[in-house]
Amino acid sequence: MHIHLAWRNIWRNPRRTTVILTAVVIGIWSMVFLGALMRGMMTGMIDNGISTLTGDIQVHHKGYRNDPVIENSMTNPSMLKKILNDTLPNGSQWTARIRVNAVANNARHYSGVTMVGINPAQEAKISFIGPERIQGKYLDSMDHHGIVIGRELLEKFETRIGKKLVLMSQDTNQEIASRAFKIIGIFTAEMKATEKQFVFVTMSAAEKMLKLKNTISEISIIIPENHNNSKIASDIREVLPPKDYEVHTWQELLHILTAYLEMFDQFMYIWFVVVFIAMGFGIVNTTLMAVYERMREFGLLKALGMKPWWIVRSVIYESFLLLIMGMAIGNLLAFACIHALSKNGIDLSYLAEGADYFGISRIIFPDIFFQDVLVANLVVIVLGIIVSIYPAVRAARFTPVEALAHI
Amino acid sequence: MNIVECTEINKTYQQGKVEVQALRGISLNIKKGGFIALAGPSGSGKTTLLNIIGGLDHADSGTVNVDGQSFDKMNQSQLANLRLHSIGFVFQSYNLIPVLSAAENVEFVMLLQGIPAAERQGRARTILDDVGLKDKYDRRPAELSGGQQQRVAVARAIVSNPSIVLADEPTANLDSKTGQGLLEMMKKMNVEKKVTFVFSTHDQMVMDYARRLVLIHDGLIDNDLVKKN
Repeated sequence: MHIHLAWRNIWRNPRRTTVILTAVVIGIWSMVFLGALMRGMMTGMIDNGISTLTGDIQVHHKGYRNDPVIENSMTNPSMLKKILNDTLPNGSQWTARIRVNAVANNARHYSGVTMVGINPAQEAKISFIGPERIQGKYLDSMDHHGIVIGRELLEKFETRIGKKLVLMSQDTNQEIASRAFKIIGIFTAEMKATEKQFVFVTMSAAEKMLKLKNTISEISIIIPENHNNSKIASDIREVLPPKDYEVHTWQELLHILTAYLEMFDQFMYIWFVVVFIAMGFGIVNTTLMAVYERMREFGLLKALGMKPWWIVRSVIYESFLLLIMGMAIGNLLAFACIHALSKNGIDLSYLAEGADYFGISRIIFPDIFFQDVLVANLVVIVLGIIVSIYPAVRAARFTPVEALAHI
Repeated sequence: MNIVECTEINKTYQQGKVEVQALRGISLNIKKGGFIALAGPSGSGKTTLLNIIGGLDHADSGTVNVDGQSFDKMNQSQLANLRLHSIGFVFQSYNLIPVLSAAENVEFVMLLQGIPAAERQGRARTILDDVGLKDKYDRRPAELSGGQQQRVAVARAIVSNPSIVLADEPTANLDSKTGQGLLEMMKKMNVEKKVTFVFSTHDQMVMDYARRLVLIHDGLIDNDLVKKN
């Protein structure tokens, strides 16, 4: 009957209840839905970071990350292959690459690029580059002259498939090596910067150009989702000679993104509290108005034998019902919006330049984090009840005579 | 046996900068089963005395005992408990909870007492039948006349068998016919169920019905008349 009474009391003034309910609904909706969008943006950034040749874990020669020159390459790939096969969990994928800075040029343009020598079949399993993202032809491991470049670079060079592109870099003899390639495919990536930066050739073509033999720049590893990359990285570290090799997780490789992620959780929760503060004023105001309007009634209830604590409880019941209703509607609305965007996402192509700068994907798909939904709802229900205590205590503190005399 | 014992009750109110002495050392004993009217003009102190007897207000000095319990060292919660179990109230206006039906209003006190739902509902309906409100169980207060609302209030006041019912000007907002009906009903309750009724009133009809009439003037008992049956 207490809940029954609270329910009827909140509908005494339907307009006021609707207003505060709307505030709670918008608050919860924005926390859950916009939170999911922000999480989706972060997930997109992580996915981009990992798939843009990073992987979950990378293995390099000691010093390569500080000075990515050809001398800092790994020279014993067969030993590495055996160690990785023994150490990595089932379902893991890995590939080796040759990766050097180079200058690309054609008749009219030149630009600094990163030349990546890949094993085409293996690379397609672990990074963004692969046949499905290629216009034209993807690399074949026996192709010594084909090159795949990004659409942005293609447009910058005003060239097209079938045309020649020359790459220049330093070889193992510290001499300038150059090689002409034929553009066979164009790739598209989430970020324009990726399309400008990377050009892909086969491993054997890179070896020939740079005069390398049995030498690789990096190994990139993707592990199954339910595994902890830090633990696996440390397992690999244990078996590799530390003076020759470095093993890094993506969190260590993409440290700016990692730092941003760490801050992001705190920003989310601060934002939740800020949204609540706006909502909280509405709750306090509405509850106070409802309490003052019913002061005589509280006097009557006290006269009938209601203890002060019971009065507090009855006011809190009303706030609780309002909050629960608002939360239910807000969550439903948020999940409906998330569902509506789950297929096509939000296209931010028109903001691509700016989004690129922050490493944000062109299309954002909302991503629900159960923890965020839980925290958003807990913030609203717990703080909502806490702020309702003030008007409830005001109602309980009046003596019956004072309350009954209230006009 | 006295159900109420008041000794040397003093009460002063502050009205702005003026102190108003509402009660000046009033002593009053009320026997169980009484039907008493505290009468007097407005401002005489009758409602203040009724509120003090009901534990709604506290005396500045003096002692109050209701149903053998002294108010001296009781806190708000203990007073609320005493009101819940031993005292019934009927007010002049705003007597009922507007969002509850007649039956739910009657049930409410029993709910606070922790009586199970089935028993509450049965007793509420029986008492509403007794006060002549059969078929009005589900009406909200706004759907009842003033007299019917007061009957619901009386039903609520007596449903949990309190030791005493305090009624503050219960007929003030009713026409004389309805007021008379209400008084007849309360008299019947008094006779049949031995419920003690104490009224504060300046309504002559209530004074006529009362078996004992305590006249209060300027915070003092002017006269204490016990009528012969």
